Amino acid sequence: MSEVPKPDELIENIDHTPPEEEWEKIESPITEGRFSYPAKGKNLEVMEFRAPGEWSPKDEEWPLPDNWQEIIHEGFKERLEKYRSLKVFMDICVRCGACADKCHYFIGTGDPKNMPVVRAELLRSIYRKDFTTAGKILGSIAGGRSLTKDTIKEWFSYFYQCSECRRCSVFCPYGIDTAEVTMMGRELLNLLGLNINWIMEPVANCFRTGNHLGIQPQAFKEIVDFLTDDIEEITGIKINPSFNRKGAEILFITPSGDYFADPGTYTFMGYLMLFEALGLDYTLSTYASEGGNFGLFTSSDTMKKLNSKMYAEARRLGVKWILGGECGHMWRVINQYMDTMNGPADFMEVPKSPITGTVFNNAASTKMVHITEFTADLIRHNKLKLDPSRNDSYKVTFHDSCNPSRAMGLLDEPRYVIQNVCNNFYEMPENTIREQTFCCGSGSGLNNEEVMDLRLRGGLPRANAVKHVYEKYGVNMLACICAIDRAAFPPLMEYWVPEVGTTGVHELVANALVMDGEIERTTNLRFEPLKEEEDESDE
Amino acid sequence: MSMNVSYLYSLLAVIVLGLIAYAGAAIGLEALFGIVIPYLAVLVFFLGFINKVLDWAKSPVPFRITTTCGQQTSQDWIKQSKIDNPSTTTGVIIRMLLEILLFRSLFRNTRVEIKGKTVAYKWVVWLWLFAIMFHYSFLVVVIRHLRFFVEPVPFFVSSLEAVDGMLQIGLPGLFLSGVVLVGAATLLLLRRILLPKMNYFSRPADYFPLFLIIGIALTGILMRHFTKVDVVKVKELTLGLASFHPGIPEGGVGALFYVHIFFVSLLVAYIPFSKIMHMGGVFLSPTRNLANNNRMKRHINPWNPSVKIHTYEEYEEHFRDKLKEAGIPVEKE
Ligand code: SF4
Ligand code: SF4
Repeated sequence: MSEVPKPDELIENIDHTPPEEEWEKIESPITEGRFSYPAKGKNLEVMEFRAPGEWSPKDEEWPLPDNWQEIIHEGFKERLEKYRSLKVFMDICVRCGACADKCHYFIGTGDPKNMPVVRAELLRSIYRKDFTTAGKILGSIAGGRSLTKDTIKEWFSYFYQCSECRRCSVFCPYGIDTAEVTMMGRELLNLLGLNINWIMEPVANCFRTGNHLGIQPQAFKEIVDFLTDDIEEITGIKINPSFNRKGAEILFITPSGDYFADPGTYTFMGYLMLFEALGLDYTLSTYASEGGNFGLFTSSDTMKKLNSKMYAEARRLGVKWILGGECGHMWRVINQYMDTMNGPADFMEVPKSPITGTVFNNAASTKMVHITEFTADLIRHNKLKLDPSRNDSYKVTFHDSCNPSRAMGLLDEPRYVIQNVCNNFYEMPENTIREQTFCCGSGSGLNNEEVMDLRLRGGLPRANAVKHVYEKYGVNMLACICAIDRAAFPPLMEYWVPEVGTTGVHELVANALVMDGEIERTTNLRFEPLKEEEDESDE
Repeated sequence: MSMNVSYLYSLLAVIVLGLIAYAGAAIGLEALFGIVIPYLAVLVFFLGFINKVLDWAKSPVPFRITTTCGQQTSQDWIKQSKIDNPSTTTGVIIRMLLEILLFRSLFRNTRVEIKGKTVAYKWVVWLWLFAIMFHYSFLVVVIRHLRFFVEPVPFFVSSLEAVDGMLQIGLPGLFLSGVVLVGAATLLLLRRILLPKMNYFSRPADYFPLFLIIGIALTGILMRHFTKVDVVKVKELTLGLASFHPGIPEGGVGALFYVHIFFVSLLVAYIPFSKIMHMGGVFLSPTRNLANNNRMKRHINPWNPSVKIHTYEEYEEHFRDKLKEAGIPVEKE
């Protein structure tokens, strides 16, 4: 990992003035801290992708196949024919610049090629030259550019400096979604075998083992047992979740990050405690043990392969519907792609809460409900006994995870839940929440150590908004509904606002949840003493 | 700071093109600039425009990728943002209308600045304002020009003219729309030239149409107020074009007119091959013209590929012993 400057130094040295030279003339720097390591051969082989052998982005010569230009041209053409979005987005950008300063990577790096309009232009210039009349005749006057080996390096550099968060698209007068452009760019790179390992390893693991981390079934169960031991210690209640149980009413799927590391594990404990308190008839699956889908960051086909497990498992187990945990891009895939790719899910029923009787008509076709929708409904119907004061040591703010907010519009449900389980909730400034929310800086497979510099910079706008509420209200807890956030925020906060911790919404729910038969709780899920106790012991 | 001066090429190109038309008319090529080129331009425009739209339409929209800018459809006690996150066609239509008529997304624009140790956002209205001024004045100018192509002049054209010339400055009366058009186009141009970020990614193709439009507006204003072109003769020519009985009026209409009509022809012919196609494309953008009802209704991808998946059977085959050991039920003992 490269040296990262001190926060003050970093922020003071961000320069948003672009260089004098035109971007076409500037060779893209491949700098330490801004690129991810290439995918390992074994992971590519599992997915049957081209494996170009050992290489580094810093190499002068990249391991391109001989006919690489042809592959790109054909691949591009195919995608133009398959996606109207790509064609239209290639043609209609007027370069008004409305999107230019909306990207967290531009804000944090000042690198002008991180302006969404320029990021898209990297691909668009090739499109013009190869696929439009004006570009074929007028060349660079019409904004065309020849495809060279440097173009490929530039694509690799900048399509892997985009977290596909879609913030830019909110501000574009035509809704041009640079994330969509990035996705196509990554698909093209994938055709050449140029992938990053932090994406390809989770993909390969997920394909084989069922989840990103390659956690095998017995280990999954062991982890869950371990977490239920903790729950027993805190609440006195022993929970025994079932695995791969046929005939359960509900299949629960969450990202593996939730049961892999803190603070995700607390959120996972939260789910289990909630289900136990409700007496829910649910099961976990070891085969579909991953909510997240790094296929989204690879190619449409890969996304489909990985997503297929959810419905396949629901069908095999004969569940009535699926409940999904707190995860960002998992919900983008579910909302925008799943039913189309792997539906119809006609072997299930329209989701209905067995506790409140509420029918989730907004999920009538996919048969999959977001856990904050489910919990908000429970709270609304007074089905949970809650003691929000158990979260009193937290002053909470909420991060709208990019994907559920900008692909789905899941904005009020998590807020409603948080406000019912916590006494202290504070919103970050308006320009940084809801659909204008800022990425954690580590999305779409950029959550690795080697791009820490990029992550801290890309996370700056989010961190800065958190800092604002920390200074103004003393906020010390950042809640989110995404497993990547829960992995990305701890180092980000540590760097920019070390006083603030990270939590999932259902950790807060479980803290407040009064379960039948529980012992008097003295700690929260993190084994930190509850506020009152702390006071007593102080005296 | 030296700047990217690609706008100079576009400016130069427009000047040269203007001179060509001027000289052409002067040496007796009126029919070429007044009849042949306008007809060709309109033909290129229609064929090009239709071709482009059909080409877009040919590519399917396999997935619904609506950008949601507000609360989703949820339980009835949660207020849905029916326009920004539409789940019905009506919502989509209203969203599109607000976008197309009022440039709603541009209105959201903010500017980011790093002030000391904080990132600050400021709402900026300028881009929205210039864009609105530009497009609406252009629209008024275009409608106003209908008087040259139809006889009798439709009621709405005359009334629009009356409003447009309300200020009654000079004789013939100055049209506000023309002034606003030149002003807004110039502001958009200056924004592109003077703001470093804009300048960085602007290319000849961004400047050329602006200069062309400014050229059109200026030649129009010049003709009306300074060289006092013979409007009756102009109308004779344009009506001739519109009724497919083209002809060059006796005595000519002045070379400036040919520059004007040449610029217009160039612009019209250029549209299908340029970013100005956003006028068609804005209707086809899948992030805005689709309802976010993906979880409610099933949508079909016409090319949905069949992919190799890792089936449960394969999975169990691989992990059966471990599953059994952990006491997790399996299909085959
Ligand atoms: S906001 Fe849209 S039209 Fe404007 S520069 Fe960005 S992508 Fe292009
Ligand atoms: S999708 Fe997000 S990360 Fe990518 S260019 Fe747009 S704002 Fe930046």
